[in-house]
Amino acid sequence: MSFRILVLAKQVPDTRNVGKDAMKSDGTVNRGALPAIFNPEDLNALEFALRVKDQRENAEILIITMGPPRAAEIIREGIYRGADSGVLITDRKFAGSDTLATSYALSLAIKKLAPFDLVIAGRQAIDGDTAQVGPQAAEKVGIPQITYAEEFMGFHGDKIQVKRRLEHGVEILESACPVLITVNSSAAPCRMRNAKRLMKYKYAKTEIELQELNEDYLQMFESRPYLKLKQWSVDDLKADVSLLGLSGSPTKVKAIQNVVFTQKESMTMGASDAEINKLMKSLISSHILG
Amino acid sequence: MKKNIFVYCEITEDGHVADVSLELCSKGYKLAKELKVKLEAIVIGANLNHIAAELAPFGVDTIYLADDSRLFPYLNLPHSSIVSKLISEYEADIVLFGATSIGRDLAPRVASALRCGLTADCTSLEIGDHYVKKTDTTYKNLLYQIRPAFGGNIVATIINPDMHPQMATVREGVMKKETVRPKKNMAVVAIDVDKYVSETDFVVSIIHRQIEAPKVNIKGAQIIVAGGYGVGSKENFGLLYQLADALSGEVGASRAAVDAGFSSHERQIGQTGVTVRPKLYIACGISGAVQHRAGMDQSAQIISINTDPNAPISHIADYNIVGTVEEVLPKMIKYFYQNSK
Repeated sequence: MSFRILVLAKQVPDTRNVGKDAMKSDGTVNRGALPAIFNPEDLNALEFALRVKDQRENAEILIITMGPPRAAEIIREGIYRGADSGVLITDRKFAGSDTLATSYALSLAIKKLAPFDLVIAGRQAIDGDTAQVGPQAAEKVGIPQITYAEEFMGFHGDKIQVKRRLEHGVEILESACPVLITVNSSAAPCRMRNAKRLMKYKYAKTEIELQELNEDYLQMFESRPYLKLKQWSVDDLKADVSLLGLSGSPTKVKAIQNVVFTQKESMTMGASDAEINKLMKSLISSHILG
Repeated sequence: MKKNIFVYCEITEDGHVADVSLELCSKGYKLAKELKVKLEAIVIGANLNHIAAELAPFGVDTIYLADDSRLFPYLNLPHSSIVSKLISEYEADIVLFGATSIGRDLAPRVASALRCGLTADCTSLEIGDHYVKKTDTTYKNLLYQIRPAFGGNIVATIINPDMHPQMATVREGVMKKETVRPKKNMAVVAIDVDKYVSETDFVVSIIHRQIEAPKVNIKGAQIIVAGGYGVGSKENFGLLYQLADALSGEVGASRAAVDAGFSSHERQIGQTGVTVRPKLYIACGISGAVQHRAGMDQSAQIISINTDPNAPISHIADYNIVGTVEEVLPKMIKYFYQNSK
């Protein structure tokens, strides 16, 4: 039987490159203005999975991603880099889910893909920075967790050994499988796309995407079934709708404030020698420096 | 309903209550006073006899002590089993965790088990009401969990109206550690660990540990020279080290600078890094996203060096030097030495 590794990956707005038009005039976020990228630590997670696969015979990697239809890009990107396949979880009923509702949906997808041996995810996504979904999904699936993983250390019998990076040092933990692992950005970066895989899978599509194609293309999918990517809705997951979206999210946003600056009395100055000299003198005489 | 406030108290490598937990007890004490409820602490570890004395000056009413050799060092499953069960058993209404590698590993697992909300990295906690027009109901005395969100362009107030307890994590240094008069009748409840954990909670084991003392101490530094993405390169960061050396300060970095590889993560200042309150903060090429400011806006004096005089940081800086890091920093070093002789 194969050794199945599930990688949880998210498509995120690139909050690290927020441009001037990232905010609308009414103070809401203009998601359209931000490029959508593979969440950086999820790429570390994919590399972690690939390293396990390198060592383990018959290992297969499936990407699970949840988001709008265009998040299928994440599955293709993962496949180009070495994953075997993936599932897109998409449904309007997921909209408004907080981390608890999200982890519930993910946990159903994970269980639907049983039997599995490892679940691997990035430590956190850059659009929320909460680092909650991994541990919450582990709890819902009922498996242990190893967070902040930095390196796959190998197997000891059937148990996996993982080095993790903490504030005060490093630990190597050993766990029976299945276990959920969240991976840090300090772990190995993900390998590049493989040109052969890119050629083979560039037309891989989900059902929604297939609907937009014309007849000529559709024949291709009949002869190459590996190009069909799985897509699951709330119904496919047999999810309890009350545990999803806004109704399934205990946290509510009460208020959003645009950042208002309390203007301090400040001095704007140039960078001339005389001005810097004067500043340093005043900092020293007021005992802030020295 | 007891509705008390709980703080999960982390134990450090040398066996003391972590600073971040004491800070949360101080905050919890104030919140408890406002809500007229009790402040309770959960302490899990080994050899904890001295812990009650450490917590007493922070106004704790009850300490739940799980003292067992298997419970130190921290492991996720046994700790989350104990915390989840204690919270249900004693009907906690608010639970606070440090946003440390332990707190951020533990809190989400507990929140999932209890099916309650959790807000990460709060920069402020307040008590307030919430009115829902649709049903004409007012929720009294909710915990406002306030944090910057989405690229730092907004500050969000998060609440959990229906599903309690309300849980939040807070980074070290965000809340102030303040001692109060100890409670006369502080209770210490030693719990029977075997009733709270099972054999299967030990399925993950630690086979090796290597403790490293933190290499940098920006938290304690009186003068911080911090760089952002605008510093431009790792080489230019060298200028920051030169200035920090001259001023006997430390070097910090914004998240953008860390992400760009200019600086290491342990120097990161801001919501997802360290919170600092130095005498002087010199921000070099830092635009001043709200997440960064959350970690430094209580600095006594702020100097910003930026080519853009209107960058957000200029609003909180005492001095805005318009210029590049390459031209300004060498001059600051030169005139510091010239004038401090």
